Amino acid sequence: MDKLVYLDNNATTAVAPEVFEVMKPFLTSRYGNPSSIHSFGGRVRADIDLARQQVANMLNVSAEEIVFTGCGSESDNTAIMAGLELSSTMKRHIVTTKVEHEAVIQVGHWLTKKGYEVTEVGVDSKGQLDLDELESAIREDTALVSVMWANNETGVLYPIEKIAEMVKAKGAYFHTDAVQVAGKIPIDLSKFPVDFLALSGHKLHAPKGVGILYVRKGIDLPPLLHGGHQEDSRRAGTENVAGIVGLGAAAELAVSDLDEVTARESRLRDKLESGILASCKDVRINGVDRIPNTLNVSFEYVEGESILLMMDDVGICASSGSACTSGSLDPSHVLQAMNVPHSAAHGSIRFSLSRYTTDQEIDYVLEQMPPIIERLRAISPFVPFE
Amino acid sequence: MWDYTDKVMDHFRNPKNVGFIKDPDGVGEVGSMACGDALRLMFKLDGQGRIQDVKFQTFGCGSAIATSSALTVMITGKTLEEAEKYTNQDIVDYLGGLPDQKIHCSVMGREALEAAIENYRDGTVGQKKLEGRVVCVCFGVTEQKIRDAIKQGDLKSVEEVTNHTKAGGGCGGCVPEIEQLIAEIRSESEEEVRARGEQQESEEEADSVDPGKLTNLQKMKMIVQTIEDDIIPELKKHGGDLELVDISGNKVLVELKGACTDCGMSRFTLQTLVQPKLREKVSAELVVMEA
Repeated sequence: MDKLVYLDNNATTAVAPEVFEVMKPFLTSRYGNPSSIHSFGGRVRADIDLARQQVANMLNVSAEEIVFTGCGSESDNTAIMAGLELSSTMKRHIVTTKVEHEAVIQVGHWLTKKGYEVTEVGVDSKGQLDLDELESAIREDTALVSVMWANNETGVLYPIEKIAEMVKAKGAYFHTDAVQVAGKIPIDLSKFPVDFLALSGHKLHAPKGVGILYVRKGIDLPPLLHGGHQEDSRRAGTENVAGIVGLGAAAELAVSDLDEVTARESRLRDKLESGILASCKDVRINGVDRIPNTLNVSFEYVEGESILLMMDDVGICASSGSACTSGSLDPSHVLQAMNVPHSAAHGSIRFSLSRYTTDQEIDYVLEQMPPIIERLRAISPFVPFE
Repeated sequence: MWDYTDKVMDHFRNPKNVGFIKDPDGVGEVGSMACGDALRLMFKLDGQGRIQDVKFQTFGCGSAIATSSALTVMITGKTLEEAEKYTNQDIVDYLGGLPDQKIHCSVMGREALEAAIENYRDGTVGQKKLEGRVVCVCFGVTEQKIRDAIKQGDLKSVEEVTNHTKAGGGCGGCVPEIEQLIAEIRSESEEEVRARGEQQESEEEADSVDPGKLTNLQKMKMIVQTIEDDIIPELKKHGGDLELVDISGNKVLVELKGACTDCGMSRFTLQTLVQPKLREKVSAELVVMEA
């Protein structure tokens, strides 16, 4: 395939060239273990410390509040378990939402089997939470509330500042899965009371295999992985030095030109959105009030996997909330929670842009999409007769 | 990424026989938009009773389109007797294989053909009707269809049944029942030989009257009462409501009202609340359907 237009950045992103440059020595000559006594290994410690500071700067927190993990999912798991473990044993209830990432939802299901109680708060057709409903779901025995900052499928943003204050007032721990907002909106954790926050390196132009858990000062994080003193005894395992250093560089890159990048992404996303609305009939946009890079659009009467396969043939990468793409038989839990009709959920396509997306690429997608949708609609038995 | 064969991708990219026949001899429709795939198949016969022209329209994934296209190629020029001998496995083989999770696409093709032939022969509406008790409410799969799939495909696990029929792939509420059907059919086939000798005996037993059985009138009264006392109050908590439309044998037809009307979860409400409650309070044989 010659042409490649990558609009699946909510799934994963390209490692930035400047990030890769910073990582290289740690994959070749500087392979020492930062825990070693010898200076060859020990000197690597300083590079990890720098990365920790770079990440802390991105969140406006102090370096010791940053724990490096293996991925966003590990960060989510660690935070939820910690919230339960740090709470009184009488608190056996957690509150979350119906639209969380599987790394939170499935932990909830697992906890339910272990005898904990989980309340999943729903969303409206725009993908928005009802804050009153969320507030009334928090009880005296609620140990932790976990609400994502932005949804990975629709890009819908949640009012995390308000939610954090609300949870604080109720005396529970608050965790937010912020994987989809890093590098897309400014994050300033000095402004409101978050206890835990999860990030993932590979959504931010760092490599796969490294994540972050922010843990508010004063919380003595019980580790999920036992067996070593690394990360101040908060996460055992020899550090993924190259990944950590890369994530530090990626955080710095994200902050350096955030306004410019998000303004461009947002302009290109809007161009894509209005272009599709103008050129294709029977289309709906899923989700209101979104991060700047995400567009989730449903093409009625056609099915998402078919659309993706045809897009793949012309070199366009995106993803779908259709049942058939996942191997399950039900469409996306997020679109179902929003009550998107099945007909539209099966035909949903998510485009997610990055700092590298260009005008030419959006033009190309806008040129390719209408004939793909037309071809599939010509096969579909559901297209109404004209 | 699915591991589709080149032949699947070729039939997906360049589907054969897409379209519509104005005056077809037989039409079959299966699936629905809610299920995520649907197929309309139509054919026209020539003077010798051979399929001269066949067209399809499909809503679905890559393999749903490919299996539909492949099927039309396979049956062109065949008599109906020849065409109806094709099994879903023949379609899979023709395409050089399908991923396990996509086997149900080939089953859909086979069913559409069956429905179209039926439509030609006895003029029944060319839609595959749900005959018998629905086990999987999410995808409208009947007990008979599951039984047939287990027998024909020699299926041994719920996962295999889901891959073939979709049953059990939604809310999962019917998984225990599918397990039971698998166990039942597998033990049946083992015991078939043994059972033959004892057949007469068992037939006599079956004639005896079940003393615990409800009369129709008793049953109807209990259904009405359960709906009023147990089900409607529960639905009203969520702004929903329900109306009993009819009772026919063990079939209870209801209409969901209020907030339930447009709710994508209404099928699950029937599956997880209405039917279990009625089965618990009245009879385990009841099947609740939307009117």
